[in-house]
Amino acid sequence: MAAVQETVDRVRRIDVDQYRYGFETLIESDKAPKGLSEDTVRFISAKKNEPAWMLEWRLEAYRRWLTMTEPKWARVNYPKIDYQDLYYYSAPKAKKTVSSLDEIDPEILKTYEKLGIPLREVEVLEGVVRPPEGEEGSGQRKIAVDAVFDSVSVATTFQKELKKAGVIFMPISEAIREHPELVKKYLGSVVPTSDNYFATLNSAVFSDGSFVYVPPGVRCPMELSTYFRINERNTGQFERTLIIADKGAYVSYLEGCTAPQRDENQLHAAVVELVTLDDAEIKYSTVQNWYPGNSEGVGGIYNFVTKRGDCRGNNSKISWTQVETGSAITWKYPSCILRGDNSRGEFYSVAISNGHQQVDSGTKMIHLGKNTTSRIISKGIAAGVSQNTYRGLVTAHRKATGARNFTACDSLLIGDKCGAHTVPYVEAKNSSALFEHEATTSKISEDVLFYCVQRGLTQEEAVGLVVNGFVKDVLQQLPMEFAVEAQKLISISLEGSVG
Amino acid sequence: MNLVVAKTETGRALSDIFDVARDRLPGGGKVADARQQAFEIYERAGLPHRRIEDWKYTDLRVLMREVLPPAPAPDAAAVKRAGSALKPHAIAGARRLVLVDGVFAAQLSDTDDFEQGLSVRTLREVLEAGDAALQAQLLSPDSSDPMVALNSAMMTDGLVIEVADGVVLTKPLHIVHIATAAQPLAMFTRSLLKLGKTAGATLVESYIGADGVKAYQVHDSLLLTVGDGARLDHVRLIEDSREAFNICAAVVTLGAHAHFNTFGMTSGGNVSRYQAVIAVAGEHSRVETSGVNLLNGRQHADTTLFLDHAVPNGTSHEIFRAVVDDRGHSVFQGRIIVRPKAQKTDARMMTRALLLSDDAEADNKPELEIFADDVACGHGATTGALDESLLFYLRARGLSEKEAQALLIQAFVGEAIEQIASDDLRGLAISAAERWLAARS
Repeated sequence: MAAVQETVDRVRRIDVDQYRYGFETLIESDKAPKGLSEDTVRFISAKKNEPAWMLEWRLEAYRRWLTMTEPKWARVNYPKIDYQDLYYYSAPKAKKTVSSLDEIDPEILKTYEKLGIPLREVEVLEGVVRPPEGEEGSGQRKIAVDAVFDSVSVATTFQKELKKAGVIFMPISEAIREHPELVKKYLGSVVPTSDNYFATLNSAVFSDGSFVYVPPGVRCPMELSTYFRINERNTGQFERTLIIADKGAYVSYLEGCTAPQRDENQLHAAVVELVTLDDAEIKYSTVQNWYPGNSEGVGGIYNFVTKRGDCRGNNSKISWTQVETGSAITWKYPSCILRGDNSRGEFYSVAISNGHQQVDSGTKMIHLGKNTTSRIISKGIAAGVSQNTYRGLVTAHRKATGARNFTACDSLLIGDKCGAHTVPYVEAKNSSALFEHEATTSKISEDVLFYCVQRGLTQEEAVGLVVNGFVKDVLQQLPMEFAVEAQKLISISLEGSVG
Repeated sequence: MNLVVAKTETGRALSDIFDVARDRLPGGGKVADARQQAFEIYERAGLPHRRIEDWKYTDLRVLMREVLPPAPAPDAAAVKRAGSALKPHAIAGARRLVLVDGVFAAQLSDTDDFEQGLSVRTLREVLEAGDAALQAQLLSPDSSDPMVALNSAMMTDGLVIEVADGVVLTKPLHIVHIATAAQPLAMFTRSLLKLGKTAGATLVESYIGADGVKAYQVHDSLLLTVGDGARLDHVRLIEDSREAFNICAAVVTLGAHAHFNTFGMTSGGNVSRYQAVIAVAGEHSRVETSGVNLLNGRQHADTTLFLDHAVPNGTSHEIFRAVVDDRGHSVFQGRIIVRPKAQKTDARMMTRALLLSDDAEADNKPELEIFADDVACGHGATTGALDESLLFYLRARGLSEKEAQALLIQAFVGEAIEQIASDDLRGLAISAAERWLAARS
């Protein structure tokens, strides 16, 4: 009990209000007027120089949104959101075009530096910004970063090398102009505009995000990465990401985010759509560390995200890995529609809630094709007075013969004021479906702690050791470059509670 | 939205039925008021549908469509038919209490030589002339569930059984629900069993239909109170006619150091739903609950269990097995809540489904809701077909396909049946399972 008490006390002392990334960058920004109306939608569309069909698409979503009501089924509580009291668009007034990082507003680069985001770091450590044509860097792993600062992508590195491989990696606003045929074909085909309240809102007002297209047979030569940052006061951020892996293609995409400290809640409603055609694979990794609110539970980001992958082709694969440490409220269910025969979906998740955070996260594995397989590994860690819920659906349709699923969701409770919940739905509609589900909830065993302490570790170190072991299965799934940062984030968010 | 839907033809028809039946329903004053309130709740909500989370997999608007008018009190012929239907389900040495078409039938029941400390009355008696506390308890089930509200409004009869402190009943109590009406009609019953401190009892409930009965509806509810240190063994056997509907709700409250062992098997009925709320309200209490669904044809069976650990040191083990053939549909929803004070709770739940046909469906929703840290809680769920290699092994040893399947199914459901503490009751469950397997081959 001593260790837990110590943990609880320290969490209280350190807590989330000493959020390390709580700073704000002062950059002029270009805003839409407060509130949401058709005019706001038109404003955003005009700002982006969008073609008429896109505006129409947005307006349709907006009209649909007006008829919908906010979902209430998740195990999260928050004050009613006044959608008319938010700004729906803000763009940093950056220089028009940037061909290299040096041209980017130094303020922004400084922000990334504080975040430890490897724009510069990667250049040195990974040889990323060495001339791509040079042989020296070719043997090393590389990352291309499409940095989203508030709502607009301000820097895209490695365009050249990606271009050589035929990979399209650009802000979605540009893709709408430059590759309308691809965008038209795939946008909204996985998450329809009418999918749910927040996805519909996103469809109406999304400002930017990433677009990736990997042509047939191409293995993307580097990890693609976007760092999101919510910067402007009172600005909801509505990214839209669309990734398409054509036949036999492979791409690994990394997404990470932090936000500065502030008092008013911020709404974040992103939509991510993944499409894999025959034999293609997408690996999507997220590290999320937005401001979780202060020790009283005031402020913090509302993270209502719709992420869905569609294994459209045979033998395709989509893998979601997420490390969720931030946000006041997380409402997020990265899902896989296993449409193609022999397709595979994976979901690896670590969700840590501390302070007053509320997490309701999980996945959906929808088996439609034959011999489809899926795997769910979810690790929830609840500390402080937080609530941590796993909510998942595994379903096999009548024709999905040979569907296989394995699910393991484990929860760890640190302190006696928090809650950990599991809400799985397992639906089998044919006899050849084989589903296994297991879930456990426990605290760290006193015996284990005693053993570690006896060998010279402090209580905190011992707890840290156990938690690291607890989440190891998931962290292993992260790309190397990300794993380091993820470990850092886990230790920060559980600082005081797990050492 | 519900308001609009409640004004369907069926909704209106039912309110007429209630208006007509009201005067014949037992109990005046507060009881009548409570009935009226409950009926209003039901009328507002209407039959539960899939958009209500607890009824997600059992949409009564699709499956049941309407609530039938209550059956009339049984006449002599009905009682006679009930008597012959009873025979194969009789349990030797048990005290039989029979409800025919929702009304207590003394002629078919064992109402003599009550043991010291055992009191058996009918619901009608208690609602009309019982003490206020007992009436209040009978009216206590949470009416937020529309089917419970409907039952509260329409209940006509049932049994109110009390076992005094320290009394351990030697004879098991066997409550039999029999439907005899030839037309499709409904029965609304509610029973209560109250065990005093350190008392002990065995309760068996059977649901059957007489020959030739059609699509009747059983709307039953059961209140169980297990006192400090008391022990209750409980078995439910749903062997209704294949066209029947069986909608049942139980509310169980356990005192300290109490022990509740319950088992349910559904092999009959067209659509059945059993929802139980088991509240562990006293420390060091133990609950073992197990269940088996044996379904074929187009049967639909839903078991929804809610285990509420409110105090420390509670133990609960749930084992559920479903065997689904043809176009059967089995649903298991298990929810365990461990409230903030319930430290040292040990709660486990395991649900497994065996699908024998490609059109069969099994839905499992095992939920955990944990608010205390020093607990050991877990659940597991699996779904699959019979193991081909095991079948092959048995076939290679000369068993027919059906025999091999039967053996494996027996082993599969055996784990749930084994959790029944009493040998006699276990035998009862095994023979019910065997009846189903025999009918299959």
